Amino acid sequence: MDASDSPAIAVDNLVKRYKTATAVDGISFRLAAGTITGLLGGNGAGKTTTIAMIMGLVSPTSGTVQVLGALMPKQRYRVLHRMNFESPYVDMPMRLTVRQNLSVFAQLYGVADIDGRIATLAAALDLTDFLDRPAGKLSAGQKTRVSLAKSLLNKPDVLLLDEPTASLDPDTADWVRTRLERYRAESGATILLASHNMNEVERMCERVIIMKKGRIEDDDTPAGLLARYSRETLEDVFLDVARGRDREVAQ
Amino acid sequence: MNSSGLEFSFNRTAAMVRRYWYLLISSWPRLLDLIYWPAVQMLMWGFLQLYVSQNSSYFANAAGVFIGAVLLWDILFRGQLGFSISFLEEMWARNLGNLMMSPLRPAEFIAALMVMSIVRLSIGMIPVTFLAIAFFGFNLWSMGLALAAFFVNLILTSWAIGIFVAGLLLRNGLGAESMAWTIMFLFLPLTCVYYPVAVLPGWLQYVAWALPPTYVFEGMRALLIDHVFRIDLMLEALAFNVVLFAGAVFAFLKLLESARAQGTLLQGAD
Repeated sequence: MDASDSPAIAVDNLVKRYKTATAVDGISFRLAAGTITGLLGGNGAGKTTTIAMIMGLVSPTSGTVQVLGALMPKQRYRVLHRMNFESPYVDMPMRLTVRQNLSVFAQLYGVADIDGRIATLAAALDLTDFLDRPAGKLSAGQKTRVSLAKSLLNKPDVLLLDEPTASLDPDTADWVRTRLERYRAESGATILLASHNMNEVERMCERVIIMKKGRIEDDDTPAGLLARYSRETLEDVFLDVARGRDREVAQ
Repeated sequence: MNSSGLEFSFNRTAAMVRRYWYLLISSWPRLLDLIYWPAVQMLMWGFLQLYVSQNSSYFANAAGVFIGAVLLWDILFRGQLGFSISFLEEMWARNLGNLMMSPLRPAEFIAALMVMSIVRLSIGMIPVTFLAIAFFGFNLWSMGLALAAFFVNLILTSWAIGIFVAGLLLRNGLGAESMAWTIMFLFLPLTCVYYPVAVLPGWLQYVAWALPPTYVFEGMRALLIDHVFRIDLMLEALAFNVVLFAGAVFAFLKLLESARAQGTLLQGAD
């Protein structure tokens, strides 16, 4: 098999059990390089835990996760410089300015021309006006753009996004999606996107994995899902899955 | 490219030091806090020393023993606090996930926290040592090489405790925050900061002699009262420090592993 045929992310029989709950229950999937995949599911479906295991922040109870050929979390230092993420569960230090924050993270990721990279991202993501403002004094939309800039600092080959447009107004959310699509088109990066926003997933993703109670309930292209469930929108498909109508409908 | 967890990058360590420096200089209350309490402590113990020495020939001959003790205690206490507060800043800022997902290695993170512990300690303690000269004529710097030996041993202990507390915070989230503020006070009675080890009951003396700072405070009293620098005590302290530091690093790595298993790295929750 040619190296280019290797999946960017390979998840095999992945299980994560905590003391009283099973967050992820034996899921498997492979994401081809250069694709955008949506990870859908209700609250507690296991999306964030799955992404955290792909990032190496949470170790699996059993099963394996490989990112760019490295076993996570054991071999994470082989690939962390080629990955990045954005999540509502983390923030940038509030008292540091946007420029200071981006500069520190750029140095952590070993970016060669830090000032140049920040200037490029500031222009692309419209950050220039508030580069020298403390991160804590930004609006929600501005913070999201800064987080996005941080996640693109090292030009990642694998980008993990956990609800990247949550709490954004429709205009800003659309703006963010456009930038992400542009980045994928320019870089050929692999993007895994966990979201509750069905329009976002339908627009951006060529493949959708639907999770429920830690398991994969369905896995197809958006068009394939709509056709099989005989639905007009992914939201209706999601509701079918969430309310347990998926099996009878899909049959 | 060396991509093991054992790789060490000065560049990434410098990035973290820069991050903490930006934070420190962005907030005057943080800077003031570094100097406020050491100054209050030194003044209080200095005046007590003055009063006691006027009423006791023993303490009159042991000039500076209280001020010396409080200044050395502050190296131990503030050294650990400087380490732990820098770490806590990441949890308060919800930035730990960003760092753990970056190529930053645990050793680089710890090294940056050590550097910041010295930076914060210097900002707080150096002015206070000059205040001690101005108010009480006590010159800590006149201890010379002995001060260097005291400092190395105390800062090593403070880092070891700081590393252990960081592990607890990773594993248990901010629920363990109070440990960062209070753990060192366990050392206050046991390491005999203000009195000789001989004061303790026999069985407790064994515990005291197992703690590296005890040797430093005994060494300080030997220097100030008997005018003898006990190199033997410093070497014993160093040996105990090596064991303590290795144990702390081992505990930190185990707690980090456990944090990955329990999923507390992303949330930092309590």
